[in-house]
Amino acid sequence: MVSITTGDQPPDAQVLGATSLLRFATAGSVDDGKSTLVGRLLHDSKSVLTDQLEAVEHASRKRGQQAPDLALLTDGLRAEREQGITIDVAYRYFATARRRFILADTPGHVQYTRNMVTGASTAELAVVLVDARNGVVEQTRRHAAVAALLRVPHVVLAVNKMDLAHYAEPVFAAIAAEFTAYAASLGIGDIIAIPISALAGDNVVEPSAHMDWYGGPTLLEHLETVQTGTDPSTDPARFPVQYVIRPQSEEHHDYRGYAGQLASGVLRTGDTVTVLPSGHTTTIAGIDALGTETDIAWAPQSITVRLTDDLDISRGDLIAAGPTPRPTKDVEATVCHLHERPLRTGDKVLLKHTTRTVRALVKEISYRIDIDTLEQRGDTQELKVNDIGHVLLRTAEPLALDAYADNRLTGSFLLIDPADGGTLTAAMTGESFTRATADPVPAPAEHPSDGPPPARHPQRPASRVNHGTIS
Amino acid sequence: MTTAPHPLPPTAEYPASGPGRPHPLSHLDALEAESVHIFREVAGEFERPVILFSGGKDSIVMLHLALKAFAPAPVPFSLLHVDTGHNFPEVIAYRDRVVAEHGLRLHVASVQRFIDEGRLRERPDGTRNPLQTVPLLDAIETGRFDAVFGGGRRDEEKARAKERVFSLRDEFGAWDPRRQRPELWSLYNGRHAVGEHVRVFPLSNWTELDVWQYIERESIDLPEIYYAHERDVFARDGMWLTAGDWGGPKEGETVQRRLIRYRTVGDMSCTGAVDSDAATIDQVITEIAASRLTERGATRADDKLSEAAMEDRKREGYF
Repeated sequence: MVSITTGDQPPDAQVLGATSLLRFATAGSVDDGKSTLVGRLLHDSKSVLTDQLEAVEHASRKRGQQAPDLALLTDGLRAEREQGITIDVAYRYFATARRRFILADTPGHVQYTRNMVTGASTAELAVVLVDARNGVVEQTRRHAAVAALLRVPHVVLAVNKMDLAHYAEPVFAAIAAEFTAYAASLGIGDIIAIPISALAGDNVVEPSAHMDWYGGPTLLEHLETVQTGTDPSTDPARFPVQYVIRPQSEEHHDYRGYAGQLASGVLRTGDTVTVLPSGHTTTIAGIDALGTETDIAWAPQSITVRLTDDLDISRGDLIAAGPTPRPTKDVEATVCHLHERPLRTGDKVLLKHTTRTVRALVKEISYRIDIDTLEQRGDTQELKVNDIGHVLLRTAEPLALDAYADNRLTGSFLLIDPADGGTLTAAMTGESFTRATADPVPAPAEHPSDGPPPARHPQRPASRVNHGTIS
Repeated sequence: MTTAPHPLPPTAEYPASGPGRPHPLSHLDALEAESVHIFREVAGEFERPVILFSGGKDSIVMLHLALKAFAPAPVPFSLLHVDTGHNFPEVIAYRDRVVAEHGLRLHVASVQRFIDEGRLRERPDGTRNPLQTVPLLDAIETGRFDAVFGGGRRDEEKARAKERVFSLRDEFGAWDPRRQRPELWSLYNGRHAVGEHVRVFPLSNWTELDVWQYIERESIDLPEIYYAHERDVFARDGMWLTAGDWGGPKEGETVQRRLIRYRTVGDMSCTGAVDSDAATIDQVITEIAASRLTERGATRADDKLSEAAMEDRKREGYF
């Protein structure tokens, strides 16, 4: 009979106390063991519950497998289980005493670029998996390039299957050095390499007993401690207006509030702001944070703003402070094409930028990027599914766009098929990593890109995480 | 967005601590801000949205977030309850109380009416949960709803882990996992053709524990069945089911009075209770944090029907 607890598990007060949230994505090629890694991460962090494990054991037995196949934890669709592959991005949730995690589990097989772009768009960290026996391959460079393109601030190279490489340091060091040099040349700021065995459990959650030479954190420890987020007070404020709130009730007769989620920066009562694209300036009269009045709000809070002047402002407008973008109808962007139907020069599409949707014309496909060599190929009139390229668009109305390099939310947009509403293309305003490849950007000083990788790892602190507390 | 990482050095403008200093949002604040964003996107882009409201904790949290998203204006959506006819009376009483309190409009789609009219047949096992799909789709069609909010969470079930926040459904309400639109950043695409609608899941990224911690933080009132109480139950398929005129117990099943509570609320015929003495929200949270069973694994009979039960129901138009 069902009892809610088994009795031998003490309540985990520490998980209840963890309040920070990390969104991260995994990327790996076929047979690199990504599903096993995700399964191991969930299993060893005790995030897999008894009934889920029983279901996996049952399904594994039915398939004639000897041991529970942890990959079955993550392959949720009938077709995925039948074919033993992952078709689509799935989201996983787990928590430790230090942090809550949202994992975008992106498949390596089918339509990998599109899926990884999807997962990386909301990620603050990407885990790129390689097989220690194969080292850095084309697919690895592709994953690093996509992470750089999407401006994922932190990248972890997980060198998997170290058990099959005799847990040998030189194997790891060579792969890590090659990868970090490449990733740094793409402009990725924070790179760390970790030798693991997802199958055996080395350095995923528990430190490995086989790799004394490794002085860095386990994968989970790094995920728990990596510093993320930005200081909102250093970014210019960007507030796309989503919805105008006008109660028109007796009590709130004159209330007119602009609802939205702060994409970046800080807004305070009394701040001078510019409304784009009209360019009018006004002052913030008050801020309501979901029903409570406040005089300061910061990204990514959802708030309602009241202004001193009675301006014509509606959904799609941008309330901005600090250096404001100049509205333009000529848009230049790096794009990843997502749809089976190609994107062609001359196509008329819809463009969704923050809360504003406008008509747009594809004026030019400047070039396609060979994601493996990063070469620009100009001989193209169309972008096919999974292609990454550079386009020029002309819009029917001016848009207040930031460069994606400055702001992942006000610098990104979608192209939509006006005929059936399908999402065609993900776009990032401005030049992308092409600049970094032409002129390699050195990694920040605290993460020098040269030198052997183990030396870059912070020394394992004396007070190592007590893994017994993680559950 | 690639500026200095936290922690921030204190400045005169932003002191080192206190409510006036920008800091990373807690996980509950981040989830709340994201869900509110989703509600407002729907309000801005759709003509006739509706909130599916079962009186369960997820739909209660959903309604609470909608109330906050549009304050001080009323929620610009009506509610839709798919009434299986086998509801817990406490939950119906709660539903009617909430509707009256907030001046909301409630639509009820009745499984019983469909059975009475011969448009649905009772299943041999008496489970009415899968029968909800037909009245739901009928209500969406007759109400001409173009966006339908559901309280589904990706952590609930492996098919739901694949679900988008904005999920396009065809004129049959069907979900095709292989033809989903990619969803990037916080840019949700709500475009749809006439006859199609979009299911919207503002709690996609919440876990069961998040929901309970939020209920505690916001002091949200719940139907009493979520807290430990004595009730007449009988055992079937490894679960405690509530005795009632819906068809239980059958011959050979004996009723006993036990101290139990519910972890989910659904149709009485397939929602199991768990033995529990957690009578307060603190005790419930402690109990869930220690539980080694998922909420669906512990309490939902219909998900045990097959390995892909949820996926199959979703393909038919279930939420």
